[in-house]
Amino acid sequence: MDASNYLYISALLFTIGAVGVVVRRNAIVVFMCIELMLNAANLSLVTFSRINGNLDGQVMAFFTMVVAACEVVVGLAIIVAIYRSRQSASVDDASLLKR
Amino acid sequence: MTTSTSLIYLIALPLAGAALLLLGGRRTDKWGHLLGTAMSASSFGVGLYQLMLMLDRPTEQRPVSQKLFEWINVGDFKVDAGLLLDQLSICFVLLITGVGTLIHIYSISYMSHDKDRRRFFAYLNLFIAAMLVLVLGDSYLSLYVGWEGVGLASYLLIGFWNQKPAYATASKKAFVMNRVGDMGLSFAIMIAFATMGTVSFAGVQAQVNNTSEAALTGMGIMLLVAAAGKSAQFPLQAWLGDAMAGPTPVSALIHAATMVTAGVYLITRSNFVFDAAPTAQLLVVIVGAITLMFGAVIGTAKDDIKKALAASTMSQIGYMTLAAGLGPVGYAFAIMHLLTHGFFKAGMFLGAGSVMHGMNDEVNMRKYGALRKFMPITFVTFGLGYLAILGVPPFAGFYSKDMIIETAFDAGGAKGIILGITTLIGAAITAFYMTRVMILTFTGTKRWDEDAHPHESPWLMWLPMAILAIGSVSSGYLLHRGDALENWLHPLFDHSEEYQKHLLEPIVVSALALTMVSIGVAIAYFKYARTQVSSIAPEDVSIFTKIARQDLMQDRFNEAVFMRPGQALTTTLVATDEAVVDGAVRGVGQVAMSSGSALRGLQNGYVRSYAAMILVGAIALIAAIWVVV
Repeated sequence: MDASNYLYISALLFTIGAVGVVVRRNAIVVFMCIELMLNAANLSLVTFSRINGNLDGQVMAFFTMVVAACEVVVGLAIIVAIYRSRQSASVDDASLLKR
Repeated sequence: MTTSTSLIYLIALPLAGAALLLLGGRRTDKWGHLLGTAMSASSFGVGLYQLMLMLDRPTEQRPVSQKLFEWINVGDFKVDAGLLLDQLSICFVLLITGVGTLIHIYSISYMSHDKDRRRFFAYLNLFIAAMLVLVLGDSYLSLYVGWEGVGLASYLLIGFWNQKPAYATASKKAFVMNRVGDMGLSFAIMIAFATMGTVSFAGVQAQVNNTSEAALTGMGIMLLVAAAGKSAQFPLQAWLGDAMAGPTPVSALIHAATMVTAGVYLITRSNFVFDAAPTAQLLVVIVGAITLMFGAVIGTAKDDIKKALAASTMSQIGYMTLAAGLGPVGYAFAIMHLLTHGFFKAGMFLGAGSVMHGMNDEVNMRKYGALRKFMPITFVTFGLGYLAILGVPPFAGFYSKDMIIETAFDAGGAKGIILGITTLIGAAITAFYMTRVMILTFTGTKRWDEDAHPHESPWLMWLPMAILAIGSVSSGYLLHRGDALENWLHPLFDHSEEYQKHLLEPIVVSALALTMVSIGVAIAYFKYARTQVSSIAPEDVSIFTKIARQDLMQDRFNEAVFMRPGQALTTTLVATDEAVVDGAVRGVGQVAMSSGSALRGLQNGYVRSYAAMILVGAIALIAAIWVVV
């Protein structure tokens, strides 16, 4: 199968993620969309690794997963803390830094 | 050259007096005046001792110097602070400390009712010290220190009664006008340093032959500006009249005998510069001639006795400047007139102070009259000074002024004729206004205010007047006898171009001068002694009198030509500063602030809009890279 198809899927996934981050209000969903974008990037890396015949891309993908795991830990903790203090998981409610 | 270690005492003694009295404060009130007088007198003593030593030495070893300390040492430029006492400076040292001491003695009594008498003596001592620095410095830089010092002392003493706003303004006026002259002196020093690499008198003298005439002319003109400022010469003469706001002893010491003659000293001291720069020398003569007429004309119209004397001082210094501008033949006569003038003018100022003392500080001569009987000693001493300034033989002025007139005629060609006639007319006008002062003050009818009780002044006041009167009588003859002063100063000046041929025989010149003086006296006699003098200055006078009463419009001229445009310039500069410089600075801030508030709209606090902006930015960046690559 042509490797470029993976890239198309990667682009599609990234777009879905990016649109989700911009349009959804629920912090959990936004968070999941970010994960989606990260994984889209991972898919591209792995694909390029395959195309070029070396392991650099796969190594990078592992790094991304580790960073994503850390990010999930910190991000979920923040979301839970915000939910506890203001009974809402909407990102638009957490807008105290405006103006 | 002989060296000495005791020259510094000349300066240190009065300086210590000033420091002690100023730092000691009220504690020294009781004996401050005595200390000040003692310091001045002991400085005079040191001066006399130095004169003795100098007389003992052969001519070529007479100048004596003392190195004080290394002042400036930068690369090739080296200035030592040093003192130089030669035949010229010893004349000044004795005049300054001698007349200075007499005026200290006079002031003990004159200022006895003033609660600030100690401060007055402190300033007088400061003045003596500064003036001695001026005449003893061995370089233009040391001279400059003294030059500024006497300017400061003059400012402090003119404004001594600064609780009166007019007096404070007068002192400010003197200070500011002197600044113009000081600027000239600093330029002259800069020219000397730039072209000759030295600022000491000896160094400049040695370098004169290696320097272009243009540089020397520039330096000469700048020195002339300096001299004009300090000596109240045209066109910087306007401050002297107002300087009479100071106590009368100050007018006698600073604004008659010593400080105002510093300009003549400067020109004489820089004789090597002027001898090598004929243009500058010609300007000196012109300035002297203009000032001698200018002062004399003002003197004829003044009713204030001190201002009349001040105008006369201006005119007499004009004579000195003129003589100094005539070159080697004139320097000695300039100094001779300076010394005799120091005696008779200081004496007359002290006389005027004595009259004011008896007349409740009234200065208007139209309110005097018939004081001869009430103040006999003042009348006699003032009268001797009067005969001296007129140039009646054998009084002092006869010798000094006649020599100047004679030398002016000898200047050669049309220049000589013009200068000679100017000095002769000046002598006539001098006779007129001085006779007017005498008649209005001492003779005629009483025109006093009702509460005036004129009386002779105490001995502390008339003794200095008497001593100065003796000087007014004898100094001319003593200095002239056997050309004493001329021979004494001879080694200092370049006499290579001297000539002995006289245009007019000395006896003819004396006869002419005496004729002119008699005409002046006669006119004044018929105008003031034979007619009733009003105690209020008449208003229906000719336009010339009106102009002369206003000091020949000198203040109006300065105001219109310098002050108003200067004011306009500063106003414009302030407005420009506000609009352009401040405007630019404020404008930058304004732009930053307004763009900041415009951009602030983007900070809406919604995470999603930030995310969208990041996204759009990233896409735009990628697109840009795409397009470029």
